[in-house]
Amino acid sequence: MAVRFVLDGTVVQLDEVDPTGTVLDYVRYRLGRTGTKEGCAEGDCGACTVLVGERNAQGTGIDWRAVNACIQFLPMLDGKALMTVESLAAAGTLNPLQACMAQNGSSQCGFCTPGFVLSLHGRAIGAIGHDLPVEDVIAGNLCRCTGYGPILAAAEAVDTLVQDDRATLAALATIADDRAGGGQYGTRRWFAPRSCEALAVVLAEHPDARMVAGATDVGLWVTKGLRELDTLVFLGGVRDLAAIVETPDGLRFGAMARYADVHEACARFHPDLGELVRRIGGLQVRNSGTIGGNIANGSPIGDGPPALIALDAELTLRSREGRRTLPLEAYFLDYGKQDRRPGEFVESVHIPALGPDDLVHISKLSRRFDSDISAVCGAFKLTVRDGVIARARVAFGGMAATPRRALACEQALAGQRFTETTIAGAAAALRADFTPLSDVRGSAGYRHEAAANLLWRLFHKARGTAVSVHEVEPGDG
Amino acid sequence: MAEPAPPARPHDSAHLHVSGAARYCDDLAEPADMLHLAFGQSAEAHARIVAMDLAAVRAAPGVVAVFTAADIPGANDVSPVAGDDRLLAETDVIHVGQPLFLVAATSQLAARKAARLARVAYAPLPAVLTVEQAQSAQSLLEPTQRMAQGDPDTALAAAPCRLSGRFDMGGQDHFYLEGQIAVARPGEDGQIHVISSTQHPSEVQHLVAHLLALPSADVTVEVRRMGGAFGGKETQAALFAAAAALVAAKTGRPAKFRCDRDDDMVMTGKRHDFRVAYDVGFDGAGRILALKLLLSARCGATFDLSAGINDRAMFHADNCYFLPDVEILSERLKTNTVSNTAFRGFGGPQGMLAIERVIEHIACALGRDPLDIRLANAYGPGRDVTPYGMTIEDNIAPQIIERLRRDAQYDARRAQVLAFNAQNRVLKKGIALTPVKFGISFTTTHLNQAGALVHVYADGSIQINHGGTEMGQGLYIKVAQVVAAVFAVPVEHVRITATRTDKVPNTSATAASSGADLNGMAAHRAAMEIRDRLTAFVARTYACAAEKVHFTPGGVVAGDTTLSFATLCRKAYLGRIQLSATGFYATPEIDYDRAVHKGRPFYYFAYGAAVSEVVIDTLTGEHRVLAVDILHDVGRSLNAQIDFGQIEGAFLQGQGWLTTEELVFDDKGRLLTHSPATYKIPTASDRARHFTIALWDGENVKPTIHRSKAVGEPPFMLANSVFMALTRAVAATAPHCRTIPPLDAPATPEAILRAIAGHRGA
Repeated sequence: MAVRFVLDGTVVQLDEVDPTGTVLDYVRYRLGRTGTKEGCAEGDCGACTVLVGERNAQGTGIDWRAVNACIQFLPMLDGKALMTVESLAAAGTLNPLQACMAQNGSSQCGFCTPGFVLSLHGRAIGAIGHDLPVEDVIAGNLCRCTGYGPILAAAEAVDTLVQDDRATLAALATIADDRAGGGQYGTRRWFAPRSCEALAVVLAEHPDARMVAGATDVGLWVTKGLRELDTLVFLGGVRDLAAIVETPDGLRFGAMARYADVHEACARFHPDLGELVRRIGGLQVRNSGTIGGNIANGSPIGDGPPALIALDAELTLRSREGRRTLPLEAYFLDYGKQDRRPGEFVESVHIPALGPDDLVHISKLSRRFDSDISAVCGAFKLTVRDGVIARARVAFGGMAATPRRALACEQALAGQRFTETTIAGAAAALRADFTPLSDVRGSAGYRHEAAANLLWRLFHKARGTAVSVHEVEPGDG
Repeated sequence: MAEPAPPARPHDSAHLHVSGAARYCDDLAEPADMLHLAFGQSAEAHARIVAMDLAAVRAAPGVVAVFTAADIPGANDVSPVAGDDRLLAETDVIHVGQPLFLVAATSQLAARKAARLARVAYAPLPAVLTVEQAQSAQSLLEPTQRMAQGDPDTALAAAPCRLSGRFDMGGQDHFYLEGQIAVARPGEDGQIHVISSTQHPSEVQHLVAHLLALPSADVTVEVRRMGGAFGGKETQAALFAAAAALVAAKTGRPAKFRCDRDDDMVMTGKRHDFRVAYDVGFDGAGRILALKLLLSARCGATFDLSAGINDRAMFHADNCYFLPDVEILSERLKTNTVSNTAFRGFGGPQGMLAIERVIEHIACALGRDPLDIRLANAYGPGRDVTPYGMTIEDNIAPQIIERLRRDAQYDARRAQVLAFNAQNRVLKKGIALTPVKFGISFTTTHLNQAGALVHVYADGSIQINHGGTEMGQGLYIKVAQVVAAVFAVPVEHVRITATRTDKVPNTSATAASSGADLNGMAAHRAAMEIRDRLTAFVARTYACAAEKVHFTPGGVVAGDTTLSFATLCRKAYLGRIQLSATGFYATPEIDYDRAVHKGRPFYYFAYGAAVSEVVIDTLTGEHRVLAVDILHDVGRSLNAQIDFGQIEGAFLQGQGWLTTEELVFDDKGRLLTHSPATYKIPTASDRARHFTIALWDGENVKPTIHRSKAVGEPPFMLANSVFMALTRAVAATAPHCRTIPPLDAPATPEAILRAIAGHRGA
């Protein structure tokens, strides 16, 4: 089947599609729209930022979102609208944001500039994440020349733009399709089921197929690993896999819920969880990356999983045979090994509601605050009643081959009074829980020390001591 | 931010940048028969190549040709100076990532895939990878250099106070957003045309010519713009341009080398990492009496520009301070790592950070505000000769420091910081004011020359060309403004054209912050020559004295007559007046004897100062830069908007060098931080929310173009204030400890936590 998408109000149909061909290469070398740049080909610099739109739930408008075209595969565009920098000044005049950036020194070498324009244009037209602080909207766009000042000033000056999406909306309606997609390209096959049931069937028939959710990881297998992927299943069109449900019992996220979309619910659940989600990648990555993909790929760091484990999350897996539910921690068996059977897929994750006595703290430590991967991520859920820790859940990422609980530390906390002595004991116990590696993100010694200090951070914070460099202003005495 | 003073004009390409219409090398339409290239890379840091089986590479889908060193018709050399950088390895490999062979295929992906299929057998040789290993093996590129004045040993022995110390600072990847790229096209009769993302088209031209055994006249190199460079495309671009030219020459097809980001980071040089050791003698007021300083730099496997870079480190080891009896030793360590190269500041930042650290150490030992120590040591009357024997004639550092101290309310804020630290157990603040004095000129004297070509057309429009390249720094618009001002026409009448070796020959790299100084002056001279001819013509035509001819925004006035510039040009053309001229400029007064490291290497100095306020978390080592206030000297600004941009951008790049940007190599000499996933340049949120920049209100004492000063590199070193503020914050974890915290750069969370532990334990 063809891949169809809307470009500047017109439907584009691609009959023969390499399912591992990137949107960036297509835009640059086939469409000749060279304003979109390749800076890194791994989703970390934002020079390739484009906006991708889908009809909103009511069908009345378009939800635009900024994504990194360098790690979007072409089938992921199917049924969507695409906007590149060339879409903005189509009539030959700069839009107000572009004009402002051109006037105020927002570009020097100019290579990253189209990516910034798209991120900020998205913000101005109300794209997903537009209500975030502007530094966060552009955290996934790197500029090496300007120091960002003029770009931030331009964003402030032009924070709202009206965009006429009527033609795009009408064109999207013409390509709306409930039928499963898919195709063949040489020896490469791809499927794009539309329901969980259909997905289960595809996986039963092709248990070796590579599932592609947001491609923020698998994309790099192709652009950097130069791997050949033979059979791919794209999950973006599976409609019943992206639900976000908030109930008094807790939060339930479908596996395909994108991090940008779960951010608000997570922040309502607990501010630390919201902040952790905010710091996963840049907005472009969170606009693609899914909570299910982040769990399923089994990274030893796992942006979300350490927190989810501490919060008692449960994972539901599904196959043609049915469903099974397990504690999230049990899913991570060993480095690169997860408890996912042939034909199974991650369907949802559930986080039970917090009790009134639950004290939650989540900290991510990395070289850079935004758009970085943790050296250590620590998450704590302590149930404190009358000054006694009735129950303790402690989990870490970056400390072992998988994200996992710190059982000795938990034991040292449980049943004890919430005092300095207890924290000191738990910090000492933590040493026995992990034998971290020294790697590019930090030494074993640093990981041990910082992990233990996160217990102290939790303690001091609970006592009202300022523990975050983000709370401080210049001139504070 | 203070209002920029006029003239402030946007970058000439700004409207093209924001609309995606600015064309970079990879944006030019590809001919159908274009070949795409990739290198096979060495997996070993140091080894003999025993066998290289390329059969699988040749047989891979899409591969058209595979080349090795044996296929090079001329010199297998892509080095700037020493002749020691091979395009393709011959018998040995000397660093991981070194190119072994070159694949030409029908797509970039096909070339990259094929390049991984080689079977290479190596016989490993002993590899020297780290500063320690190189020091203990005395693995040196050239003899250790010595710059000295007075008698440091005697003065040290006699000094009432004495300290010694050591610290490390890391390297830095350029992380230009546009990676290395070149396109070569074969021309008729053996000629080659290369479009290269290079700061040094003439060098690329010469290297390609030697590689292909052609005269320089048969090779043309062109660059309209680069997507960032920062020194990383001064010598490093030649590797890719030479590869593309080789394939174009051998196959007769156009060839493009667009280097993958990770390969780029592995294969190209970076800022030198340094180890610094010092022994300093001083008096009770903190005034330095004697200093012995050892600067040890990891240069990598070949010379590249390491001699000049390390010289510049020595030149800046005084910064703004008078060192009466001093010895600066500079070790140029040869290691089996990618050859380090030019990067904004060119060794200056490393030398300057070294002396700032010494000052900080003295302040810690005396329990004084480091700013007092800085002022006590500042150059001044009778204390104005540098370690290389140059008398400083333009010293404004003390005035800049005092003005910034007042405007940024340094003293009040320092008191607030002390109060904050007294009240906070976990978080600690630091504040620091550091100055910059940066020498302007290539220290290799002959490089201080430039040429320009100006055409005035009969319709009054003007086209300019010069040897400088545009990498985003705004050189083109500055030069266009200079030329427009000569004729008093709007700058829109001036068309800036791509830098090409067939228009202006024998150019120097656009480097050393010299672009506007040199090319602006050369273009000014060319324009003045045309204006003089026009003046004579007008005076003749309208029978008035030449003194009565004025070029004004309202037109050209000749006595009682006023005519538009376009009308004049038309008349001049009909009057058979030559409306094209070349201009040439060579910086005067400079003279330097490298054998003894004495002389006047710099025409003038650019100055500046910054105050940074930071906060650290003593539990995790995290930090934030809270506030930055800058006062910087650009002489009389050629373009305030461009200059503000250079200052702010350089500062954040310097902040990145000293904080988040960490290069990690493993024990096999492999770079682990070879992508933006692991190598972290600052993002928007790393910029201090309070960030002010003011320009020093003064003009260059030297007759530079419009009395302006160079701006590309000097503000990079304003970020030293961030590192020194972080040092103060770490010191606050043990406020009564009279030593300097052992903080190395970059100040990652891990480095800060280590420094806290070291300081508390001291």
